[in-house]
Amino acid sequence: MATRQTQLLARSLLTPAVGLLFIWMIVPLALTIYFSTLHYSLLDPGSESFVGLENFRYFLTDPAFLASLQNTLVLVGSVLALTVLLGIPLALLLDQPVIGLNVVRLMVIAPFFVMPTVSALVWKNLLMHPVSGLFAWIASVFGLTPIDWFTDAPLLAVILIVSWQWLPFATLILLTAMQSLDEEQKEAAEMDGASAISTFIYITLPHLARPITVVILIETIFLLTVFAEIYVTTGGGPGLSTTNIAFLIYSQALIQYDVGTASAGGLVAVVIANIVAFFLVRIVGRNLEA
Amino acid sequence: MARKSTTRRVVVSTIGAWFFGFLIFFPILWMVLASFKTELEAFAIPPSFLFFHWTTENYATVQERSDYFHHALNSIIIAGGSTLIALLIAIPAAWSMAFSPTRRTKDILLWMLSTKMMPPVGVLVPIYLIFKTFGLLDSRIGLVFILCLGNLPIVIWMLFTYFKEIPRDILEAARMDGATIGRELVYVLTPMAIPGLASTMLLNLILAWNEAFWTLNLSTSEAAPLTTFIASYSSPEGLFWAKLSAASTLAIAPILVLGWFSQKQLVRGLTFGAVK
Repeated sequence: MATRQTQLLARSLLTPAVGLLFIWMIVPLALTIYFSTLHYSLLDPGSESFVGLENFRYFLTDPAFLASLQNTLVLVGSVLALTVLLGIPLALLLDQPVIGLNVVRLMVIAPFFVMPTVSALVWKNLLMHPVSGLFAWIASVFGLTPIDWFTDAPLLAVILIVSWQWLPFATLILLTAMQSLDEEQKEAAEMDGASAISTFIYITLPHLARPITVVILIETIFLLTVFAEIYVTTGGGPGLSTTNIAFLIYSQALIQYDVGTASAGGLVAVVIANIVAFFLVRIVGRNLEA
Repeated sequence: MARKSTTRRVVVSTIGAWFFGFLIFFPILWMVLASFKTELEAFAIPPSFLFFHWTTENYATVQERSDYFHHALNSIIIAGGSTLIALLIAIPAAWSMAFSPTRRTKDILLWMLSTKMMPPVGVLVPIYLIFKTFGLLDSRIGLVFILCLGNLPIVIWMLFTYFKEIPRDILEAARMDGATIGRELVYVLTPMAIPGLASTMLLNLILAWNEAFWTLNLSTSEAAPLTTFIASYSSPEGLFWAKLSAASTLAIAPILVLGWFSQKQLVRGLTFGAVK
C-alpha cells in the first residue's frame, strides 16, 4: 500500500542516481555539441571562433573518415559473425553431457576476464610475432610461410584478438538460453522420431533467436568503440588500415589536439551508437513487461 | 542399445568440449608458461612447452623495475572505490524502483540503460578538458568518478532485477506486524538481497578492473592502473616477453578468480536482465 509518505521516500531515494546520470549524460554531450561548432585547437589556445558546421564538413569529407568507417564496419561485422557462428556450436557442445563440464566452462569463459591490453599484447607478441610467435612456428612445422600478421593482415589480426575476447560472452549467453529450454519439448521431439538436426532447426534455433539478437546488439555497442586493442598493437596503422572511428576521434583529439573536429566526430559516433541503442532498448523494454 | 549410444555420446562430447575449451584457454596458459621462462627461452624457436628452466626472476624484475605494486594498488583503489560508490548510489534507487514503482519507472530504467549506450569516445574531448581544467588528469579520484558513473546504469539494472525477485508478500507481512521502514530494511530486505548485492559487486569490480578506454586516456603514471601499466609494454626495448607475461599474469589472476565465481551473474548483468 503506497502511502504518500512512502512515495515521497521512494522519490527521494531515486533522485541522486537520476540526477547524477542526467548530469553525466547532458553536460559532456552539450560541451561536445558546443565544441563541434568551434575552430578550437589546443595547440593554439585563445583562438577559438565559431565556424558553424565546418567541422562536420571537414570530418565527414576527410578520406580518413570513410576509411575508418569501413574499418569499423568490417571489424564489428566480422567479430559478430565469428563469435555468433562459433558460439552456437560451442554452446551446443557444452549443453551435452560432458565429463568435467565445470572445468571446461571455466576455460571457455576465461578470455572474457582478461583485460584488453593484456590480450592484445600477448596475442601480438607471443602468438602472432612473425619470427618467434607460436603461429609462425606452427606454420613452419607444416612447411608454410609464416604470416606477418601486423604488416600483411593487420585488421584481420585485430579481428581475431577481439573475437577471442568476445567468443566467451556469446557462448555463455547462448548456453544459458539453451539450458532454459524445456527438456520435455526436446524429448517429445525425439520420441516422435525427429533427428538431432531437425530438433536443432525447429526447436533450439527458434528459441535462440532472442538471445542471439541480444548478443548481437550488446556486442555491437562495445565493438563500435574498440580502442585499447588497437592502441597497444597497431596504433591505427599501418597507414589507416586499423583505424576505426573511435581511434580516429582519439587521434584527432589527443594527438592532433583538434578539439573542434574531434567533437564533430564524437557526435557522429554518438549518432551511430544511438541507432543500435534504439533497437536494444526496445528489446529489453519488451522483456520488462513480462 | 540406448545406453550404449549414450556412453558414446558422452565420450565424443567430452573429448570435443575439452579440446575446444583447451584451445580457447591456450593463449592464457601460454602466457603463464612464458612468465616462468628466461627471456631467451620465451623467444626461442622451436618453443619449449614444459621442459625449460623454470624461473621466477621475471616476477621480481617486474616489481623492481617498474613498481608493479603501485599500479596494482591503483587498480584496487579505482575498481574498488568506483564500485563502492556506485553501489551506495544505486541501492536506494533500485530499492525505490523495485518496491515503489510508479508509472514512470519503466521509462526511467530504459533511460538509464540508454546512458550506457553513449560511446565514451563521443564525450572524450569534454571529459579530457574538464579533467585538465580541474587538475584531475592522472588522478585516482578522477578515474573513480568516471568509472563509477560509467557503470552506474549496469549496477542499478542488476540490483533492480534482483530486488524485484524478492517476494513482496514478506514485506507486506513485516509491515502488518508493524515493522518500520528502517527495520524492514535491516531485518527483512537486507538478508534476502545479499546474494544479489554480492554478484552485482563482483561483476562491477571486474568491469572496472578491465576498463581500458578512460584509464588509458586519463592516466599516465601516478594514477595508472594495471591496464595502463601493461600498455607501456607496447613500446618496449630489448627482450621483454617473459616480463610482459609475468606482469600480465599478475594483472589478470585476481580478476580471473573473481570472474569464475560470478559467471552465472555475468549473463544477467551484461544483458540487463534480458537473458537469465
